[in-house]
This record gives sequence, C-alpha cells and structure tokens, in this order.
Amino acid sequence: MKSIVEVRGLTKVFNKYKKAVDGISFDMYEGEILGLIGPNGAGKTTTLQMLLGLTTPTGGEIKIFGLDINKDREEILRQVNFSSSYISLPYSLTVEENLTVFSRLYGVKNYKDRITELLRTFEIEDIRRLPTRRLSSGQITRVCLCKALLNSPRVLFLDEPTASLDPDIADKTRHLLKKIRGEQGLAILYTSHNMKEMEEMCDRVIFMDKGRIIAMGDPDSIMREWKGRNLEEVFLKIARPGER
Amino acid sequence: MSFQRILAYTVRHLYLYKRSMPRLMEVFYWPVLDLLVWGFVTLYLSRQSGAVPQFVTFFLGALILWDILFRSQQGISVSFLEDIWSRNLLNIFVSPMSAVEYVLSLLFLSIIKLLLTSTVMVTLAWFLYHFNIFTIGFALVPLILNLVVMGWAVGIVTTALILRFGQEAEVLAWGVALLFQPVSAVFYPVAVLPWFLRAVANYVPAAHVFEGMRMVIEGQAFPARELAWATGLNVFYIIFSVLFFYWNFKVVKRKGLLAKVGE
Ligand SMILES: Nc1ncnc2c1ncn2[C@@H]1O[C@H](COP(=O)(O)OP(=O)(O)OP(=O)(O)O)[C@@H](O)[C@H]1O
Ligand SMILES: [Mg+2]
Repeated sequence: MKSIVEVRGLTKVFNKYKKAVDGISFDMYEGEILGLIGPNGAGKTTTLQMLLGLTTPTGGEIKIFGLDINKDREEILRQVNFSSSYISLPYSLTVEENLTVFSRLYGVKNYKDRITELLRTFEIEDIRRLPTRRLSSGQITRVCLCKALLNSPRVLFLDEPTASLDPDIADKTRHLLKKIRGEQGLAILYTSHNMKEMEEMCDRVIFMDKGRIIAMGDPDSIMREWKGRNLEEVFLKIARPGER
Repeated sequence: MSFQRILAYTVRHLYLYKRSMPRLMEVFYWPVLDLLVWGFVTLYLSRQSGAVPQFVTFFLGALILWDILFRSQQGISVSFLEDIWSRNLLNIFVSPMSAVEYVLSLLFLSIIKLLLTSTVMVTLAWFLYHFNIFTIGFALVPLILNLVVMGWAVGIVTTALILRFGQEAEVLAWGVALLFQPVSAVFYPVAVLPWFLRAVANYVPAAHVFEGMRMVIEGQAFPARELAWATGLNVFYIIFSVLFFYWNFKVVKRKGLLAKVGE
C-alpha cells in the first residue's frame, strides 16, 4: 500500500518544557482509517494540528503526498480537509451559503451538484435553506462533515467528529464515512474517546499517552498484545499503568 | 495568490449583511445618528455671533471623513471577530486560503462597507444641511485614500492582537480608532493641542489629512505638504502592520493558539 502521510520524529514542546508530542513516527496509507486513541492530554489534537499546519512542530518531519506543509501548504490543503466537534460555521448564513463559500475557497467545480449530493448523502437536504443558527448540534456536525468532503479530499482529519451526535446519527455517520472511504479510497485519521467506535471503524489504531506512541497496529493484534478483550480494556491498561 | 478565494471570502461576509438587521444597522444607524445630532448642533452654533466662518463645512466634512477612517478599521477587525464568534477560523486556516488572502478579503470588504456608509452620509448631509462634500474638489481623493489606509493599518494591528491575545483584546475592535481621535485633530486644528500632543499628532496620518481638509475648505492651495506627510507615514504604518500581523501569526502557530482563538 502507498503511504500518503509520513510522520518522523514529530515533536511539540509548548512553553519550553511541556512536551505535548514526544518524537512520534507513523505512516498513513491510501484508503485506510487510522484511529488516534489516548487519554485526555495525550497529544492527539496537537498532532492533528501539526499535520494541518495550524501548529508549528518543534522538531521532526511531516510529509503529505511527499510534500512539506510549510513549503507546499496550498497544494496539500487543496487535497485534504478537516472537521471536528469544536468547530462550526457562520451562524447567519444558510447551510447552502456556507457550503458555497467553502466550495469556492477549495475551487470545487460544479459545486451546486456536489452540495446536493453531499446533503443527500447525510440526509439533510431539508435544512439546505435554513440559517445555520437554527440547526441542532448534530445537524451542524453533519454540515461540517459535508464541508469536509466538498473538495473530495484524499486525506480527511477528524477530531472527535461524533462527539455531539446521538447514537443513531453517530452510527449512520460511521457507516457513511466507511462507505465514502470505500468508494473514493480516501484515508481518514480519526480521534475519538468511544472505544467501540474505534474498534468498529479503524483498520489500524495508534495508542498515544503523554505524547508518545505506546502501541500501534490493527485492533485485533493490539488486543492480543495487551491481553484485553476489547480496546476499552486495553485503554484502561495503558491509561492506568500502576494497575498493569 | 488567488483572486477567486479572496472574492469568495468577501462574499461570505456580504451574505451576512443580506440577512442580519443588526449588522446592517451598524453600517447605517450610527453614522446617520452622528450626522443628525452633530449636524444640528453645528447648525445651531454657526448661527451664534462670533462663530468660526465655515464652521458647518468644517464640522460636517470632518464628521464624514472621520467615519471613513473608523469604518475602514472596523471593516477589518469586526469581520475578523465574526469568524471567531462563529468558530469558523479553523475552517479557513485549513483551507487553501492563505493568511494574506484572508487579510486582503477583509480589506476588500472594508471598502465595500465604507462606500455604503459614505454614500448614505454624503447624501443625507446634502439634503439636510446643503453640504456638498465634493466642493473640497480633487484633493478629496488623496485625503480619503489616506484615511482608508490608516484605518487598514490600525485594523490589521488590532486583528493581530486579537489573534494573539484572544478575548481580552476584543474590545480594541470597537474602541481603538477612538484612541486616535484626539490626536487626529478631526474637529479642531492641531494648533489647539498642547505641545506634547502636537508632537504626537505629527506622526498621525489622520492629523495631516484633517489639517489638509481645513486648508482646502478655507480656499488655500492644494495641501501638498500635509498629503506628503500623511502618505509617507501611511506607507510606513501599513508595511509595519502587515509585518506585525505576519509575525504574530507565526507566534500563534508556534504557541498552538490558532485553534484556541476566542476561547
Ligand atoms: N496551545 C497550547 N499551549 C500549551 N499547552 C498546550 C497547548 N495545546 C495543548 N497543550 C497541552 O498539550 C497536551 C496535549 O494536548 P492535546 O490537546 O493535544 O491532547 P488530546 O490528546 O487532544 O486530549 P483530549 O482527549 O482531551 O482532546 C496537554 O497537556 C495540553 O495541556
Ligand atoms: Mg483533543
């Protein structure tokens, strides 16, 4: 499989002493869903933000499509996208207006059709003309996911995308992401605190703790290695080393 | 640099005005009220004996021109705040749009906003007070340009500070232009200022603009000297403001604060 994201010795030190990310290395392959798991403060969001060029690394190297985010920012960002439960979209604009603005920012061709297609996929065609302020948080999350797919990205970064969704919509969203991954072969880097979700979704997971990678591999082999019946048990073993 | 992206982002803000009454009010309400209240005060004072000749013209001209500076600054900083409030900043900075394109789209937007406001003010001043700002003549063009650019410089610096310090700096977006008003000699000549403020006013482009405006209204020659000063200072300030923004953007990325702006 072709590696499209290469991370080598990535480090982030905040305020000279706080090591948020401590020399991690991993690859992301075409078409895979890679999960980033770890306790609060493990360094997951920081890692994601460095991959997106939002935070400057203290050390190490990031290559996306073989390019460097500092030198070829535009070229990379055109082909990736991001969504999360902690971002939103301008409240006064309608769903359609918001998606139109981002289509233009990404230079999407035939964006009207693309928007219709995505709204249909996420079953939110009915809210197309509503101002974003009138949406429920679950609806906003789905509109943000539409935004994240507008440019048909090759890599999608999702920071806790299902955090505000009810179990039904969360389940549907997971299925959709899997479906889109299958159809378009996009790679997804995914964080979540829902271990069942990670088991179900991910081809491989990375366990982080205190800025380091503790374990990496497909969920089954990690469970075998850490002698847990599920990822939740593995998580607890990693997060509570004293009780190991 | 992509003009399409700059335009796309300007449109995002225009959508906002299409639907939001309070924001439309912000463009029309305050300027119109200012013009009404101060216009009539001026009219009254000008009828007293011993009034400064051409008092009305001075005052109304100053009022309209000051608003141009004010809008030009706000057009930038308040639009930036809109993106913070709606938690939209990350969406922008993970898109192919660069920080420079983003700032340019804000500048573009500020021009649209101030064109709207000034049209209203100029028309209203004509109807209510028979004040025709175009009697200032050709000098009006460089005078206004200098005010716009000074507004941009102040607006870009404010935006950089909000980016860096978050909510604590938000108040600047509303008040920072007023900070410059006393030393801009908007409604009175620089000569009335005490010496230390006069020294400061020398380095404020707007002070030169308003001196120039009064010279033109008094029928003196084209205020070349004042305009040269204003332009020189503005070139310096606008370059400084862009560098300041750029530097802060780098610091914010290093400190990992981009995702936390406004929190
Ligand atoms: N901008 C910042 N300045 C200083 N320290 C920071 C900054 N951002 C994150 N940190 C610290 O870095 C560490 C990693 O934070 P990060 O947000 O990456 O964790 P996370 O794995 O995403 O956690 P969570 O599961 O709670 O989202 C934490 O200790 C956090 O306090
Ligand atoms: Mg996080």
